[in-house]
Amino acid sequence: MKDLKTPKQLRKEGWKGLNLKREPFESRSLGNSVFSVMVWLLALIAAVPLLSIIYMLLSHGGARLFSEFVPVLTELPPAGFEMGGGIGPAIVGTLIMVAIASTIAVPMGILTAISIKILGRDSTLGRSAHFTAKVLTGFPSILSGVFVYAVLVIKFGYSALAGGVALAVLMLPTIIIAAEEALGQVPKRMTDAAYGMGCTPTQVMWRITLPTALPGIMTGVMLAVAGAAGESAPLLFTALFSNYYLSHMNEPTASLSVLIYNFSGMPFDNQIELAWTASLVLVIIVLIFNLFARAISRKKN
Amino acid sequence: MSRALFKQKIGKGITRPPGNSEIYGDVGFRFFSIACAWSIILLILFILWMIGKQAIPAMEKYGFGFLTGTTWDVNKQEFAVLPEIWGTLYSSILALIWGGILGVTIAIFLTQEFIHAKVASVFRLTVELLAAIPSVVYGLWGIYVLIPLLRPVAHWLHEHFGWFPFFETELGGPGMAPAALVLAVMILPTVAAISVDAFRQIPAKVKEATYGMGTTRAEAIFKVLLPTASSGLLAALVLGFGRALGETMALAMLIGNSNQISLSWFSPANTLASLMASSFPEAGGVEVQALMYAALVLLLITFLVNLGGLYIQQLTMRKFEGSK
Repeated sequence: MKDLKTPKQLRKEGWKGLNLKREPFESRSLGNSVFSVMVWLLALIAAVPLLSIIYMLLSHGGARLFSEFVPVLTELPPAGFEMGGGIGPAIVGTLIMVAIASTIAVPMGILTAISIKILGRDSTLGRSAHFTAKVLTGFPSILSGVFVYAVLVIKFGYSALAGGVALAVLMLPTIIIAAEEALGQVPKRMTDAAYGMGCTPTQVMWRITLPTALPGIMTGVMLAVAGAAGESAPLLFTALFSNYYLSHMNEPTASLSVLIYNFSGMPFDNQIELAWTASLVLVIIVLIFNLFARAISRKKN
Repeated sequence: MSRALFKQKIGKGITRPPGNSEIYGDVGFRFFSIACAWSIILLILFILWMIGKQAIPAMEKYGFGFLTGTTWDVNKQEFAVLPEIWGTLYSSILALIWGGILGVTIAIFLTQEFIHAKVASVFRLTVELLAAIPSVVYGLWGIYVLIPLLRPVAHWLHEHFGWFPFFETELGGPGMAPAALVLAVMILPTVAAISVDAFRQIPAKVKEATYGMGTTRAEAIFKVLLPTASSGLLAALVLGFGRALGETMALAMLIGNSNQISLSWFSPANTLASLMASSFPEAGGVEVQALMYAALVLLLITFLVNLGGLYIQQLTMRKFEGSK
């Protein structure tokens, strides 16, 4: 009891030990401040690369893109010491291969998600398909190229089709996981009500479940498309590269990412500048799909 | 008879018994969905079988020595990938240390009230944008921004701390340090996103109780939140590691493609994935088989690491689902 102090004594000592105010140079407070500063510092450091990349893209790639908009976007890539030139075939090639990949991966991914989440909720097939999709998300992208090389390229040669198939393998897991998530969020009451009215499972699927889950599925599809557009490793030996516009699906095809890779190592300033321009165009394409995905998922919420 | 009557009276809405076409449609739809699920499983087996089949001749020829030898010589037809395995693991571990610290810190920064929630969502978007930037663009950035920036620093470190194994060579251009730094930036969004989830899974009452005891924020984070979220953070790190192992283009552009084993951060090295990216287009015959063998090795490593990450993640989820 002898520790008990009167309010008068406490006021004199500044309520020491009884108030919630901390002394700034007490070791605990000091540790806390140092920690906070470190966290702020590291967080800001992490933002530096992104800002630097955006600055480089705009300053190195932007000048060329905005001053010679039409020739850069349509002309053929320059050879050796040639000046000027553009990235037309690469843009077309990238878009075509992503389109091929989407036509394969989107229906397949959604149907797989349906059979995992709805038809086979607790079946071995559903569980193994889910597991496979999860494992495929960590699949190194270059191995999908190696796989398609072994299956298609050895027999039929480099082609846009092979490139598209390689990208499809990489798109599948993203679409499956996103669609599974979206399908899982459809309220059971809605489907139950439809079944109660005598709908067949397919009718319920087409008219109730899929329309309700559509925003979530589209978000996944957009993210998968964005990812595929930026891929280059699997295209190195499935689509290879070409300096000309695509005239047939069975021939080597240019893509933005492989063009960046090829031009980045060249000793010519013109090509390096074009590599930056191509990077800017590629990042814009990827960001457009990302923003779409974000807009769709925000609408849903 | 009665069925025809039914149809007439009720009309064309969906509130009537299914017709034959609808029943067949239903069966067909189910069939297609299940076929797709099967094809995903078959796809991964097919991938293993195709790469394996192409690799068999090389496996028979080089056997286990493929994993322990150090030469990759097309002219002598001698192939072995120990330097590449070393480079793959070493670059990924460095990236994991640098990117892991940054990623977990960002997760703390975003979830522990360091900034206003609206600013936090903007910051989170910024980190997510890092994940959207294609690998080749990182490579290009590494060549023209990071390496010139790193060169004076590397030179200074080599001058003054050259006795230290990490700094024992000069940075001539591409090398381990720029490659691992870019990798660190690339895995940062993965680590940050999964870590944020791990912190969000901690029940709010744990945090309230901690602060109720009068801890400072640093104490709450180090003594309570980090240990509670540790398995989730571990999953984030392992999955980030898995991503780093398979990354190709940025490394092919930055690591220097040199067949050597060195602890130094400034000497060029090589990884399995960038070996494939740089040798495949010109390879033929035996080299293709050796590359397929290398692909199989990479597949096995990433498969095991990712499986480990997913397993830890599942354990964490189960733990928190049980505690709620």
